[in-house]
Amino acid sequence: MIEQADQIFVHLLHWLLGFLPVGIQGYVGVLLCVATIIVTFPALFAIAVLMERKGLGRMQNRLGPNRVGPFGLFQPVADGLKSLTKEDIVPLSADAVVHFLAPVFLVVVVFMGYAVLPMGRNMTLVSMDSGLLFYFAMGASTELSVFMAGWSSRNKYSLLGAMRAVAQMISYEVPLLMSSLAVVMMTGSLNLNKIVEAQNQYTYGLPHWYIFTPWGFAGFVLYAIAGTAETNRSPFDLPEGESELVAGYFTEYSGFKFALFFLGEYVGMLSISGLGSTLFLGGWSAPFAFLTWVPSWIWFFGKVMLSMCVFIWVRGTLPRLRQDQLMNFAWKFVLPLTLLNLMVAATWRFMPEGWLRWVVCSAILVGVYTLMARVGMRREHFGPRSYRYAE
Amino acid sequence: MLGEGILKGLAETARNFAGSFVSAERMTTVQYPEERIAPIEQTRDFPFLVYDSKNPGDGADWEAGLRCVACQICEKECPPKCIYIEKSTDKKPDALGKMQIYPARFDIDISVCMSCQICVEVCPFEAIKMDTEFELSTTDRFGGLLYDKKELAKSNEHFHKIHPTEAAEVDARLAEEKAKSDAKIKAAAAAAAAKAAAAAQPAAAPLAAKPAEGESKA
Repeated sequence: MIEQADQIFVHLLHWLLGFLPVGIQGYVGVLLCVATIIVTFPALFAIAVLMERKGLGRMQNRLGPNRVGPFGLFQPVADGLKSLTKEDIVPLSADAVVHFLAPVFLVVVVFMGYAVLPMGRNMTLVSMDSGLLFYFAMGASTELSVFMAGWSSRNKYSLLGAMRAVAQMISYEVPLLMSSLAVVMMTGSLNLNKIVEAQNQYTYGLPHWYIFTPWGFAGFVLYAIAGTAETNRSPFDLPEGESELVAGYFTEYSGFKFALFFLGEYVGMLSISGLGSTLFLGGWSAPFAFLTWVPSWIWFFGKVMLSMCVFIWVRGTLPRLRQDQLMNFAWKFVLPLTLLNLMVAATWRFMPEGWLRWVVCSAILVGVYTLMARVGMRREHFGPRSYRYAE
Repeated sequence: MLGEGILKGLAETARNFAGSFVSAERMTTVQYPEERIAPIEQTRDFPFLVYDSKNPGDGADWEAGLRCVACQICEKECPPKCIYIEKSTDKKPDALGKMQIYPARFDIDISVCMSCQICVEVCPFEAIKMDTEFELSTTDRFGGLLYDKKELAKSNEHFHKIHPTEAAEVDARLAEEKAKSDAKIKAAAAAAAAKAAAAAQPAAAPLAAKPAEGESKA
């Protein structure tokens, strides 16, 4: 029975495919899985948007949307219908083809990333040996779509937003990769299924999730920072900065194309959350040994939605960074720490098991963090302005 | 320590998030169509034309009682040029009893108006004041937002209701002016009477009809 609930979607797929001739079962199976992903994540996107609007409202001591349906639960439906019925305006001087392709490309690329994410036991669309690499290749392609949008709009705000976005995304792509590389070093595989399986073990009822190791914890924090920047979320939402760039690279988008950008952004967040939980939070594995009877896909989606809550919480808390702060933070703080974290992971790997490696690894990380916080992030004090020539 | 401030901030938002469920005093907003906050006295949005009515409340003499004399100062001063005035060709007595022209047409396009209150400040006749009515949405964005004389006319009682302090000041000022002008008229009438009496003394009775004729002409 419990086994049934865990594998319910897998059995459902096999049962459906049983009605078809053997020759086309493979193709139809893939199509069905793709369709499921394309339906599930926009549904989660709707829930996430509602959570965000209600949650942010609560953080600001407001009620949030409460007019459409009971407690405003149908607000996403109303939003969707509104964006569908709005006029789609393409600026006269815009490059129409690229302008049209940018949102489509973004959504396609973002959904491609889900192909390798294990969403439950035996629930991976493609169990690729280079899954992580594929994921990052797809994730990096979103930058292209952002720049396509900014460039084709022929609008200075769009272009500024796109330039900021590309600078930011490329800067944070590096720490994002580096922080996940530690996991690859420990697991010895780029296959996300193997990464989850490596974490799906228990000692004394506690899981072997990577976040419960010094290097894993540091890696997770760095991954979360880089992931937030990668998805252009607050406090790293400079590319779209509503208050300064009138929504940045999608200034010139309206109607359904705008909705596609919005969808792409949130589905990207869901996917970054999914990868984060796969790499550090044990993917679909349960947090305690006695909870393993709960279906694996519940754990995966629970972890994803929990990460979304943290995204919203952070958005409600932090103000937007300045461009130079953003870049300084990426190159002077996050990147050195991810490199150090790789070394720490290697130390952890080659030291014998026991308390000593805990102490050594934690000490290195905490020490360097404190040092960098003191030195690297020190506020510069400028004296009174002096002039060399004009006096 | 780096990151301490972020944790403090996160705790603060979490406190607000949880607090919003338990304490109603925290909520800074009200649920608008059902609940309303009474506007503060300085509230203002769009201008209206004040009229004095003899029987407060019936609104019958909105046209006769308009204080506006179509001097067009507001029309000229209006920065976004949202006021349109057409002068009348005939005259009618104003509040002081003086014959004045009146606006045959007085339109304000509230889709253009920026609520700057300059028209109110420049009006020498206390004829245009700021209103507090804000639920003005309409399905007709051209005609529905162009207010004519009838839609703009509101009684002095309405003015008293929305801005009591300002209205009391305005009324005191107008009463003073009225008293001054009455005194002047009385003095002029007295002087004229004295003159007429002086002129009538030596002359015979038939000539006394002439000043009466002259008065009716004026």
